[in-house]
Amino acid sequence: MNRDPFALRSFRVLTGIALIVWLVLPLIPLAIWSFAKGWRFPSLLPQEWTLQAWHYALSSTSGVLHSLLLTFWIALCATLLSILIGVPAGRALGLYRFRGKGLIELLIIAPIIVPGIAVALGIHGVFIALGLTNTVSGVILVHLIPTLPYMTLVMAGIFANFDPAFEQQARSLGASPIKVFWHITLPAILPGLIIGGLFAFLVSWSQYLLTLLIGGGRVVTLPLLLFNFASSGRNDITGAISMIYVLPGVIILLITAKHLSGRNVAVRGLGHP
Amino acid sequence: MTSLRTFLTYEHETTATMSDRLKIFLLLCPALIVIGVLFFGGLFVGLMRSFNYMPVIGLTKPNLDAYSALFTSADFYRSFLLTFHIAFTSTVISTVIAISAALLLRQTFFGRTTLNFLFQLNLTVPHIIGALGILYLFSQSGSFARLAYQTGLIEKPADFLVLVFDPFAFGIILQYVWKEVPFIGVIVLANMQAIGQDYESVARSLGASKWQSFRHVLLPLIFPGALSASIMVFAFTFGAYEIPALLGASHPQALSVLAYKSYTDVDLGARPQAMAMAMTIAALSTLMIFFYARATRARIRT
Repeated sequence: MNRDPFALRSFRVLTGIALIVWLVLPLIPLAIWSFAKGWRFPSLLPQEWTLQAWHYALSSTSGVLHSLLLTFWIALCATLLSILIGVPAGRALGLYRFRGKGLIELLIIAPIIVPGIAVALGIHGVFIALGLTNTVSGVILVHLIPTLPYMTLVMAGIFANFDPAFEQQARSLGASPIKVFWHITLPAILPGLIIGGLFAFLVSWSQYLLTLLIGGGRVVTLPLLLFNFASSGRNDITGAISMIYVLPGVIILLITAKHLSGRNVAVRGLGHP
Repeated sequence: MTSLRTFLTYEHETTATMSDRLKIFLLLCPALIVIGVLFFGGLFVGLMRSFNYMPVIGLTKPNLDAYSALFTSADFYRSFLLTFHIAFTSTVISTVIAISAALLLRQTFFGRTTLNFLFQLNLTVPHIIGALGILYLFSQSGSFARLAYQTGLIEKPADFLVLVFDPFAFGIILQYVWKEVPFIGVIVLANMQAIGQDYESVARSLGASKWQSFRHVLLPLIFPGALSASIMVFAFTFGAYEIPALLGASHPQALSVLAYKSYTDVDLGARPQAMAMAMTIAALSTLMIFFYARATRARIRT
């Protein structure tokens, strides 16, 4: 490293700083707006600072807290359902080689690749017939389209590194299937399961179009509320809701940071939501 | 098509026996039913309605009216070109910056840990937040316009460059680049770390320049991973809704925005056309991904 000429090292540091600034930059005006009072052109910083936007956002009249709980509830249900359905499927894909596996993989990856709008309009028609539009259950179900393939992929990756011989040994020693799952399988897959689950939660947490269409504007999650305040020009409240909205991601990252790298499948699926 | 194998390797994979087959079927069943009903069911119903086929309300004779209306409309082509431009430009710029950033992150330098953390943090930030940030930075009354005013470059907001709501979708592309550089970056960086620096060292000791060892040794090795990440970015940016809805010009609009608008139009007659647009998005993104994936495979073989 020390052999590199000074110019190259300086170039590296400068590019690094430029990237750091660029990555943080869009979040700064949002944070400032949440504490600003009438921050008009051409002031670089607000003349007056205030907590009004936060007071409003956290009051019961604004609907932010209700949306926060609702978004949390929808993401939680979608994640749990995805785990319940995705873990078995991930096991089949991770542990076995069988005819038609390529096709099955393709069917599971397809929802990740095909844009939401292409499917959502058709589902909307079906959900009207089933009475699921404008309901929270309908929104949870439709969130499975991005979260389930994601969870299945993550679990396939985890089972691919899981050695089923441990299960067989436990079975041959007389353990029941439930005991084997509880004492052998679950502890082995748990770390990956938790990380995958947290990120599946974020996938649902970030959905906009599917919620807008199936919820019909009645199921107002945080991104919908954010969009409404942004379009009505309430930049201060938009800023405050934005800060609340990014918080779970930051918390989840702090919990999982040491387990994450690009090699972790959990990270790979995250670009599309 | 990209296969799971581009994502992971199966270490303990075994060939299924007869008794395993039933087990595999049962394990996969719930997932395939849910994906089959919601995803493929949604696509299928959309396809039927794009053909004006809707027996529930008495439309039992499928036709291609919606498609012929669409493919003869200049608006549709303008939207299509704009959408393609957004997806293509965002993907290319993001990939180039991401590979450079990964090269940088591989080295030890002051600030590497911070940069690494910010890359991961960015992955967790919803797209709509990035879009709002770009809006407050680059609009004509945004932070950069204020900076330009304070430094005497402009006299009023309208003098500032139109970077948001502009016909070239500059703001939309900025947002995608902001969000997708870390996404491609972490994947490429992981590839680089798995490959190690041995191959390049050999090339260098045989007299290759830094550029040559990157271009002819490292780049071909990271190419498949980078391409599969770029494919996902392309497909996403081609069909995403909220970013062009928030940062796009009112005319022409991105295909997804146009499709949503037609679908929610008070005139129910516009719905088949909305469905036809949705099907076009589905077909085109699938097709492009297919070509991309073939290119990846060809590249790996040579």
